[in-house]
This record gives sequence, structure tokens and C-alpha cells, in this order.
Amino acid sequence: MSKLTFARAINAGLRKSLENDPKVVLMGEDIGALGGVFRVTDGLQKDFGKHRVIDSPLAESGIIGTAVGLAYRGYRPVCEIQFDGFIYPAFDQIVSQVAKMHYRTQGRVKMPITIRVPFGGGIGSPEHHSESPEAYFTHTSGLRVVAVSNPQDAYTMIQQAIASDDPVLYFEPKRRYHDKGDVDETIDLSTALPLDKAAVVSSGSDVTLVAYGPLVKTAKDAAMAAADEGISVEVIDLRSLAPVDYPVVEASVRKTGRLVITHEAGQSGGLGAEIAASITERCFNYLESAPVRITGFDVPYPYSKLEMHHLPDLDRILDGVDRALGRRNSLSGLEG
Amino acid sequence: MLTDQAGKGVHQDTPGPGQSAQNPLRTGGNLLQLVSPEGERISHPEFDVWVKDIGDEQLCSLYEDMTVIRRIDAEATALQRQGELALWPPLLGQEASQIGSSRSLRDDDFVFPSYRESGVAYVRGAHLTEIARVWRGNASYGWDPQRINLATPQIIIGSQSLHATGYAMGVQLDGANTAVLAYFGDGATSEGDVNEAMVFAASYQAPVVFFCQNNHWAISEPVRIQSHVQLADRPTGFGIPSIRVDGNDVLAVMAATRVALDRARKGGGPTFIEAVTYRMGPHTTADDPTRYRDPIELEDWAAKDPILRLRKLLEAKGLLTDDVEARVKAKADAVAAELRSSCIDMQDPQPLDVFNHVYSTPNSWIERQKDHYSRYLNSFNQPVEEGAL
Repeated sequence: MSKLTFARAINAGLRKSLENDPKVVLMGEDIGALGGVFRVTDGLQKDFGKHRVIDSPLAESGIIGTAVGLAYRGYRPVCEIQFDGFIYPAFDQIVSQVAKMHYRTQGRVKMPITIRVPFGGGIGSPEHHSESPEAYFTHTSGLRVVAVSNPQDAYTMIQQAIASDDPVLYFEPKRRYHDKGDVDETIDLSTALPLDKAAVVSSGSDVTLVAYGPLVKTAKDAAMAAADEGISVEVIDLRSLAPVDYPVVEASVRKTGRLVITHEAGQSGGLGAEIAASITERCFNYLESAPVRITGFDVPYPYSKLEMHHLPDLDRILDGVDRALGRRNSLSGLEG
Repeated sequence: MLTDQAGKGVHQDTPGPGQSAQNPLRTGGNLLQLVSPEGERISHPEFDVWVKDIGDEQLCSLYEDMTVIRRIDAEATALQRQGELALWPPLLGQEASQIGSSRSLRDDDFVFPSYRESGVAYVRGAHLTEIARVWRGNASYGWDPQRINLATPQIIIGSQSLHATGYAMGVQLDGANTAVLAYFGDGATSEGDVNEAMVFAASYQAPVVFFCQNNHWAISEPVRIQSHVQLADRPTGFGIPSIRVDGNDVLAVMAATRVALDRARKGGGPTFIEAVTYRMGPHTTADDPTRYRDPIELEDWAAKDPILRLRKLLEAKGLLTDDVEARVKAKADAVAAELRSSCIDMQDPQPLDVFNHVYSTPNSWIERQKDHYSRYLNSFNQPVEEGAL
């Protein structure tokens, strides 16, 4: 067990994949000598060569489109999109090619492409550096979408994503890059929790709180704060956003009868809406109150002096927990 | 190049400033032509050597292939009119471009076509049922791409140019002696992906040939809306040499393609070929070119018909014997009959096939929807209980 930062844990996972499979190549902007703007690929080009850790021209569609060709040739490209807000030039290649190739060819051509995307806010950046575009991709069949929340998962899941024969969008919470955590680098991928499974990260009995990526830490903190008031919150780290591991969420909601979902992305048409609808369909009779969403607003990601208002924080999540429990909350008197 | 086992930089082979404007392959802005529209062989000091092995027999064989794919095209158009195909993108007029280029490829070369390259698919060895299947709506792919080294035809305009470049980067990593060829049209040269492909191909000196069939029309838009310079002048800005070739001259197309493939195999990097041809039919069977195209333009191009031109050359050489004519006709008839029967006899997909192969491994969302839809379909087989309505 070693103590690694989030960024270092991904780096270690990438290194392991590069070592284990000669078909793994990394592509992206500034990932070579610089080691990426967040240093996630630090040292990898030096150790594996410019032919396996490739600094690409500044063209996101080009990065993903050439990765499609490399996959056709039998490679497993791992593409870094420098920031969440820079992924849109590659949207067509991701949605029309990466996601659909396996279906189009009825399984004859696989797209084992991993697309790493630093996502989310909280780092005081200008526009286009703090977005949460995951719902665009969870809405696209053919893609697997994951969001990691801790160094151990970051280390394990990057390797699982690369080993997956299906394309994976791997969302990294950039404001957690420097958080440290225990990482077991000897973990056996074949027995580790599969890529598409959710995890209950703190047990509780009164409310189910679903989070992913950067907000898992916030959700766990909220659960601890709620415990001080005698409220038992069960926190689920979704890990996989497409598909969502509904059986785990369902089992929790059948126990608690109450559901709060939180994400940084805007509310309307977001993942929270999908989860609220699906859980309502699947276990309506177990719900004691309407599902609650605590999310970013339906606004463009705001300038940094206002981002703390946009991002769900511990208090807003607790306010949502109170709403789910029918306790006094900021919207008391408005509901119904 | 990407293969830098010696630890050299990936950009080492990129032409330096000043070099990029040079184009060793350009023929002075003129079309490369080895056979005139009148069927006369025009000698060319540089390119003749690339087709010197094309003897009488091979000329007849090229004529056969061009005639057969024109027949496939006519039969498929008829099948669409009869409701047996949902749609068909005709290749009429582009036979020399498609046959000349595809006949220049080796089996181990890999090709990324657009949706109009049915003639290329025929040459690469696709079965007729595989060519028809997509257009009948029975599948989104025709052939196994790995079997004939031909990717599934791309419908998103120009997208495949990046796939070809990436594949070529993989060829470099493998240290293989393989060339990659991407087909696209004049409209595609406006797409970002084609331009990004040229950036990547030039940067890594990837062994890829960009084969642009300038058929003058992107549905209803004439090529002048795409570009104010000749398309062959565009790649030079990226440091990619180009050849502007008469796309209705099968010999010239072969020569140009062979030069480009050879450059790719020898580590010379990417080449761009503009094959100047003409889409004599509609964009697809759903299109009506009479709304936007001057019939006189069509007449002009009919006089430059690629098959007519090759016939004149064969006649002049005394090769167009009754035997050859009869053999080619019999082959075209047989292929057309097989296309028709394989199309009509095609098995329809089953309802639950809609869920197959979205992912390569089981996916809980898809499994659940498949299960629910299966139950729904089965509900029609249940006896209706008395009073249930």
C-alpha cells in the first residue's frame, strides 16, 4: 500500500498499462515532455518513448479520429482531452465513430479507446476549464462512462478502462488531483470491483445520497455532518455513469426510502434526472418522498468568483437531505 | 515518423520552412493525363514508367472491371426504383477513378472509403450481397473490414480521413510495409477532419494517401463553393505533395496512385491525389440534379466518359474484339443477376437484433431493455383472456 496523490495514482495506472500491453499508446496535447498540464502523464514519454506517449497536434477531433484508426489497426489508444470544455471539437468523432463502430460493424471492429477527461470546477479557472459534460456522453449508446472519486479507484479503473474492449470516457475530478490516498498497486484487476459497479462508500439507513467524481468527498463529509444531528446517510459512489449500477442504488433506496442525487453538472436533462426517474420506476413503492437533486444550475459554468454558488457544497447537500426527510429546509412551504 | 526506436524526435521528417511550398509531384498545374478523351495514348516522361507493365490483357481487364461496376451501379439504381433497396449512391462517371486507384492497391494495404466507393469494394473482393446489404437497410455494414482490408464505408463526410491517418500511424508503429488510402470527395475538403488529417499525416509523415475524387458536386453545391483554388493546391500548404490527375483516365489514375502508394511504403509520407472526374448521376437515388445542374455541363462530361475513352484506346489497339466484348458483357450480366438475386433473397434481421453489438460485453441498460422488449413482443403471442379488454 502506498500513499499517492490522485494524479500520481492515474500516472501509476497508465504506467502499468503501458508496461503490460505493447498495444497501449497515449495521445494528447502536452502529454510528453511537460507531462500534461496536470502532470498526470509525468515521466511516461521519457520512459516509454515518443512513439508510445505521443504529443499530438492541437486538434481534438484529430486526436480521437486518429485513435479510431489506431484501434482499427489493433492498438489501445488512451487519449487525453486537456480540459472538459475542449472536448467538443471531438464530439463528432466520439459520438459518430467511437461509440458506433462496434454496432456498425456488428462486432467486427472494436474500439478499445480510453478518453481521459479532467472535469468539474473548483479550481478558479476561466471559461471552458470547469465543465461537467458527462451527460452528453451517458446519453450516447456505445460508450461506457466512468467518473473516479479516489486514488485507489483512479489507479484501478484507468487500467480497467484501458483493458475494456469498449470505449470508455474516464472523467477525472481535477480539483481532487492533489488529494492523497492509500493505493494498493498490487490489486488484481480480475477480482477488483468491475468498472460498471457502484460502491456504497458509507452506510446509512435514513437517506440514500448518490454522488460521483469530485462530489463523493463532499457527500461523505455531508454524511458525517448529518450524523452529528442523528441522521444516517448512505453514500453511494456511482463510479460508472453509463451504465448506472441501479441494483446498488435500488437496494439502498429500498432500505432508506429517500433519495438525494448530487452532481456539478446542470440539472435539466442531467444524470440526476435519469437516476430519479429510473429509481422512481424501479422502486416507487419504497419511496417515502420525492427524489431530490442538488446540482449545478442550468447556467453556463460561471466565472470563478461565483463558482462556489454554482457548485453543490456540504450545506446545500444537507439542505437536500433535510428536504428528502421532510425536515425544515430552504424550500419549506414551497413544495407540492 | 512515429517509429523512433532510436530516440529521435517525432517531427524529424517534417519538411522545414520553405520546403513545404514545393511539390515535387505537381505537373505544372495541368491534369496528369495518359489517355486523351479521344483514346490516344499520351506519353509522359515521369509517369509512363509507373504503368509500363499494363499490357493488353490488363487493359482489357480494367475495361471489364469498369464495365462491371457501371453495371452494378445501374442494377442497384433499378433495384432502388423497384423498392428493393432503400437508397443507392450512384458512382456513374467515376469508374476510372475507383478502378484505377483500387487496382493499384496491394492486399495488405488498408482502405477507408466513403459511401460511394462500391466499385472499390468490388475490386477489394466484397461479395455483392455485402455491397447491397447496407442500402437495403439490413445492416449498417457490408463486409468484414479485416477480411478485405476495407473499412466500413463512411457516411459522415471526411471522417474517415482521420481514421486512415491513425491507421497509418499504427502501420508506422508496427514497422510494416503497408500503405493506407482514404477516399473522399470535393465536399469533404471543407471539413475540419480532412484538414486535421492532413495536419496529423504531415506531422508524423504517416504512410497515407488522400484520394480525393473531385466529382464537381457535393449534392447540389458545385466545387467552387468549397474552394477558390484547385483542390490539389490545398495540401501543399500542409507540406503534403499532390497530384492532379484526370480522374476519367484509368491509366493516369493508376500511375498517380502507384506513385503515391510507393512514396508511402518507402517512408516518404502522405500524398494527396485530386482525381478530377464527374458525378454523372444524382448524389443518391433520393436526389434530383435537374434542380441545380446545367444539362450542357453533363453533355460536356459525357464526352469525357471514362469507359468510352478506354474503349477508344482498346479499339485503336485492336483489342476490342467480339470475344472481349462478349466476355465482358457476360460477366456484367452475371454480376448484375447475382446482385439482384442476393438482394432479393437477403434474410431480414430479427427484431431483437436491434440490441446486438452495441457493446462488446454485456451492458445492464441494454440487457434490461432487450428483456422488456422481448416480453412486449411475446405478449402478442399470449391468448387474450376473456374480459381482459
